[in-house]
Amino acid sequence: MAQTLFDKIWNEHVILDREDGQTLLYVDSHFLQDGSAPAFEMLRQRGVKPRVPERAFGTPDHYVPTDSRDLASIKDPEKRAMADALREDTAAAGIEFFGLNDPRQGIIHVVAPEQGMSRPGMLIVCGDSHTSTHGALGSLAFGIGASEVAHVLATQTLWQRKPRTMHVTLNGALHPGVTAKDIILALIAKISAAGATGYAVEYAGPAIDALSVEGRMTVCNMTIEAGGRAGMIAPDEATFAYLKGRPFAPTGADWDKAVAAWRALKSDPDAVFDREVVMDVGAIAPMVTWGNSPEEALPITGRLPQPADAATPEKREAMQRTMNYMGLQPGMALGDITIDRVFIGSCTNGRLEDLQSAAEVVRGRKVAAGVEAWVVPGSGPVKAEAEALGLDRVFKDAGFQWREAGCSMCLATNGDSLAAGQRSASTTNRNFVGRQGPGSRTHLMSPAMAAAAAVTGRLTDVRDLLGSR
Amino acid sequence: MEPFTKLTANALPVARPNVDTDQLLPARYLQKPRSAPFGDFLFRDLRFNADGSEKPDFVLNKPFYRDAKIVVAEENFACGSSREHAVWALYDYGVRAVIAPSLGDIFSSNAAKNGLLTIILPAPVVAGMIEALQAEPDLEVAVDLEAQTVSLPNGPAHLFEIDPYRKRLLLEGLDELGFTLTQLPAIEAFEKTYAG
Repeated sequence: MAQTLFDKIWNEHVILDREDGQTLLYVDSHFLQDGSAPAFEMLRQRGVKPRVPERAFGTPDHYVPTDSRDLASIKDPEKRAMADALREDTAAAGIEFFGLNDPRQGIIHVVAPEQGMSRPGMLIVCGDSHTSTHGALGSLAFGIGASEVAHVLATQTLWQRKPRTMHVTLNGALHPGVTAKDIILALIAKISAAGATGYAVEYAGPAIDALSVEGRMTVCNMTIEAGGRAGMIAPDEATFAYLKGRPFAPTGADWDKAVAAWRALKSDPDAVFDREVVMDVGAIAPMVTWGNSPEEALPITGRLPQPADAATPEKREAMQRTMNYMGLQPGMALGDITIDRVFIGSCTNGRLEDLQSAAEVVRGRKVAAGVEAWVVPGSGPVKAEAEALGLDRVFKDAGFQWREAGCSMCLATNGDSLAAGQRSASTTNRNFVGRQGPGSRTHLMSPAMAAAAAVTGRLTDVRDLLGSR
Repeated sequence: MEPFTKLTANALPVARPNVDTDQLLPARYLQKPRSAPFGDFLFRDLRFNADGSEKPDFVLNKPFYRDAKIVVAEENFACGSSREHAVWALYDYGVRAVIAPSLGDIFSSNAAKNGLLTIILPAPVVAGMIEALQAEPDLEVAVDLEAQTVSLPNGPAHLFEIDPYRKRLLLEGLDELGFTLTQLPAIEAFEKTYAG
């Protein structure tokens, strides 16, 4: 029977199927970040030790400072304890760990692909919803909760019910100034923030083939914002080229053998998906969100909706509530929204290509008066590579802060946050109420768009700036 | 884990879609240990002002709803982050069942492991329940897991689907990890032949 990419990876990992529809799956790699303390505590309470420590890896990202590399500089004892706990728990279990002083430290979803730890055909889990990122390398990767983290540590397995499958075909070619971030924001706006709930999503088509592996990670990363369990892309020559030579990738004869196996990891031509979605990326303009759900995204050329036009009184009320929170007026042009802060980084857009794309816009320009703009590279290596290219100078000369790797202001757990009422242009993944700090107002967009907002002080169509070059 | 069988209780209508887990449990509480009073952090920023005083207009601060053990919410409830703390916040507050037209996948999975029942019902049914609860805040909602039904007083019993495995976890208060550990021979056998 014809199989999807998802089916092929799933089937390879089945230990046993139960009559009630649950499957016990084997986990190839378990990634840990500094939110894992509750799971290790659950194991301690049961007197159970991690069973296969060599299949786990950890690096701290949520609680680490981005203005220093010294854990002792974290003033809040609870935050410091979270970062310390990961170091102690991984050391006690014999789990590979990149600490804050390790040049390879960074956001787990940036570090693992960069090190060649995320590879085609693998089943990967992590106690973080953006684990879907790793699907860009042709793996099946998804986020789990603390109880499941404890379960995987104790058994190297996980009970799952097979999700449905969705096939998203992306046709056409992106226009200049339009990026992977715009594709995924446009897709979520189209299918809704619950549009992929219960599905494993495979992305395919000419527009995916044309994306870099880093861009593919951005698309898979935000699959969870459409509710999707996992986002994945069949590995191709670009994937193999990305992985070759990375520290944890196979070498020599093992590499050749691995690539030969990886070539079979694609959906059969006649494979059937539970849902098909088709989108032309040539029709996409740079996107920004205006509300508190990633589905509330519009082309930068657009205007906010009118609550009066909402389909139901409840929807009208919800839209008005959102506009009140965001401090916006019905029908206003997106380009008239002024911003206070810019954040370029995160597991969504904290990779080298993202920083290059932002730097291209920033080069020779200055951050607008009254705007505080940050770049937080996704990992130590991203930072080092960017510095080797002189990007740090481009950003610093323009007035940006050039900081150390971590999750930072994506969710503000380390204390990097917006003040109440402040408005950000942010390359992150969630514009939820209070996400970047209580009362924060977040507009999601691509790195190039965030850079454009930084230099003009308002949401700006980056194509206008690129065109003037 | 406490088993869940039947429950008849006050219910909280959450008449907004896409209530994410950041709203259920703001990220700044993720650094608290499980022993912390997570019920106090539930809906923290919707429920309380910065100075800790209650926001009187928020639904959970109103009579009857305050005692809710069931949440009835609109589309895509508990979407977003994988934080199990969102389940702990609801559970510690006293909530034992959540009813919505759709729910975050990871949240539902986390809920089943903590004795919190999640129920999917068609959007019009949920909308009707929310309306009824808004009109009569003291209405008690009845949930029967064995029979897989939800009903309002004098109303029809709405059947719901539930994964049989999750149903068993909840009905028996099963310890999933304890069960898996009894399957170690199967796991070891798999590992012997597994090439990945």
